[in-house]
Amino acid sequence: MGIMTMSFATNLRCRECHREYPLAAIHVCEFCFGPLEVTYDYDAIRKTVSRERIERGPASLWRYADFLPCDREDAIDIGAGFTPLIRAKNLGKALGLNNLYIKNDTVNPTWSFKDRVVTIAATKARELGYEKLACASTGNLANSVSAHAAAGGLEAVVFIPNDLESNKQLGSSIYAPTLVKVRGNYDAVNRLCAELAGSYNWAFVNVNVRPYYSEGSKTLGFEVAEQLGWRAPDHVVSPIASGSLFVKIRKGFDELAKAGLIDAPKTRMSGAQATGCSPVATAWREGSMNFRPQKPDTIAKSLAIGNPADGYYSLAQLRDTDGACGSVSDDEIVTGMKLLAETEGVFAETAGGVTVASLKQLTEAGSIHPDELTVAFITGAGFKTVEAVAGSLKTPLEIDANFDSFEAAYRELQPVAGVA
Amino acid sequence: MAIKRVRFTFPEQLIQEPVIYKLGHEFQVVTNVRMADVDQTTGWVILELDGDAGEIDRSLAWAQERGVRVDPLDGDIVEG
Repeated sequence: MGIMTMSFATNLRCRECHREYPLAAIHVCEFCFGPLEVTYDYDAIRKTVSRERIERGPASLWRYADFLPCDREDAIDIGAGFTPLIRAKNLGKALGLNNLYIKNDTVNPTWSFKDRVVTIAATKARELGYEKLACASTGNLANSVSAHAAAGGLEAVVFIPNDLESNKQLGSSIYAPTLVKVRGNYDAVNRLCAELAGSYNWAFVNVNVRPYYSEGSKTLGFEVAEQLGWRAPDHVVSPIASGSLFVKIRKGFDELAKAGLIDAPKTRMSGAQATGCSPVATAWREGSMNFRPQKPDTIAKSLAIGNPADGYYSLAQLRDTDGACGSVSDDEIVTGMKLLAETEGVFAETAGGVTVASLKQLTEAGSIHPDELTVAFITGAGFKTVEAVAGSLKTPLEIDANFDSFEAAYRELQPVAGVA
Repeated sequence: MAIKRVRFTFPEQLIQEPVIYKLGHEFQVVTNVRMADVDQTTGWVILELDGDAGEIDRSLAWAQERGVRVDPLDGDIVEG
């Protein structure tokens, strides 16, 4: 007997006014413009799901198919998710945290957590009959959409700003999408794509199929709880871009509790932003629930969302869970990337630097208690943003191919210790 | 004819100005405030604009020139 894989998703529901809609490619409530979210038959999930059933599933996020809005049988699964949770003793020691873990999402198929959201969006788009998968992106999302479209037999149309670094372009081009370089800044791409999304009958992963797309992020919460031995952590530190990831991690804990798989979570949720694009951190600092959109100016381009769709919900979550929000400079981001690499052997992109630097800032401010079981989310790999650290690393030794040349150069590095 | 939904964010110096009223007079566009939150120092309004597509675009450019931030309703759709 195979495992039953039919989805338990029942409807889309407006987060604001709770009006319900069928499971179609729509994302905004017609009445109040609130975002739509997938609802599930939790009674049926509770009767079906068990820790053992999940543990028997595939080593990807599709092991949590009972909580996802599409059928596992037809999944476009290139292996997203079920990434390592590392006990970060060295980084913890450096920061003064006794119980720190790193969720290492750099090892996804296209090296970022975006594979989680795209595997769901692509699967649902194909299920709904779409043939074209589209997105607007500054790198990570474009890479993931291109890869999943290729694997799922869909056509990809991907929009990027024309000044995007060449390695990020290549990370999409290799999968042969229609790559559109838009002449203009970030705002211009945004405006154009918002217009296109309204006119073309394509599955824009983070527009018309956004309710499904964003469900992918909650699998980070599922995995962390499972990897901790079926419990939610005391404290989470996660980057905030659109805010969707930040909100959905918590939803993951809540859903596991609803299904009876873990105790009710008391997790404090803290956020991390780059000062150069910190609408949520700024509003948080000012004690306001109304963020003001910003024009991004930071090296953390994958977090550079000036007008975050889930900004309000992020602020509400900070408030409701007794969290806090870090805001760190570009220099601190680079230092954070280096610290993570030098202590834990994890090479993260700039967003990871934002998280580590915020972890430091929040610990120093007393917002994170040293003994709290804290999980920091590292969402993308460093090779995506090599230019950020290229100028600040140790230069290699260059020597002739002989013993003496090596000794001379090495001794110069360690004048006191010699070559023990 | 077209209908466009946008989010206006007002800086402090514009809070007391009747920007939406003026927009409706300067351009052949019907404005409909659907949601809003305005206080003494900042504010946002979700606005539905009904009219000729070119006229709507001109009216939005006019609002931006006056210092209003105009965004698509869904927030940024470019992601990392």
